[in-house]
Amino acid sequence: MKAYLNRRYRFSASHRLHSEHMSEKENRVTYGKCNNPHGHGHNYVLEVTVSGPVDENGMVCNLADLDDCVQREVVTRFDLENLNTRPEFANSVPTTENLCTVIYDILKRSFRAAHLEKVRLEETMMNAFEISS
Amino acid sequence: MLYLTRKAEFAASHYYHNPELSPEENQRLFGKCSNPNGHGHNYVLEVTVKGEVDPRSGFVVDLKQLKETMNREVLDAMDHRFLNKEVPEFATRIPTTENLAIAIWQRLAPKLTKAKLHRVRVYENHDLFVDYYGEE
Repeated sequence: MKAYLNRRYRFSASHRLHSEHMSEKENRVTYGKCNNPHGHGHNYVLEVTVSGPVDENGMVCNLADLDDCVQREVVTRFDLENLNTRPEFANSVPTTENLCTVIYDILKRSFRAAHLEKVRLEETMMNAFEISS
Repeated sequence: MLYLTRKAEFAASHYYHNPELSPEENQRLFGKCSNPNGHGHNYVLEVTVKGEVDPRSGFVVDLKQLKETMNREVLDAMDHRFLNKEVPEFATRIPTTENLAIAIWQRLAPKLTKAKLHRVRVYENHDLFVDYYGEE
């Protein structure tokens, strides 16, 4: 019987939305307040959905394994960091769309105990982005 | 097709133990959740049904009937109960959130006739919840 396990995590990080491919003016027009040169921060909420058959222990996967993986690979990597200084964003703008994609790719590579179904990232309680398999 | 979701809350206790495994393996796998005296949660249940809108009533489902079905089939059996000892499904299955979602589906699906059960979502807490869509 296939079930979907959803788990929420939190981390805080700062960023500045600024593209090297645009002029200063274009950046200001495109990103507005998010283009402030000194950056700003968010409390991100990450929702990870994994799926699979429920095993003899009543589990899609061991929650401790999922927690360990997400903590190690995502939360520790980005919590209390300036995203613009991270190598993952050396060539891209750390929008929440791009951050969501980066996290999806990291978890797809590093978590093998169940199928990665969806990554949903809330930048604020008013906006969220998600990527499904 | 429209989807309607109704929420309910119930409080229950449980513990995790697989009799096929040694005490050490149970402890390693389930950690603090394996304490046989149990521990509790305030579960939040979301039941989503789907169907066409009845042109006479404007309803996908009679909400009062859905509420009564959820109360009778789920809350009366599970609210303020020790799931391992008082809910028959968990005499043989471990009352994880996954198995709880499946058990609730199996209780509700045959009782819902007009609207079809689409999803059972069970929150063990704000940060952990399971979705079950029946046999896919």
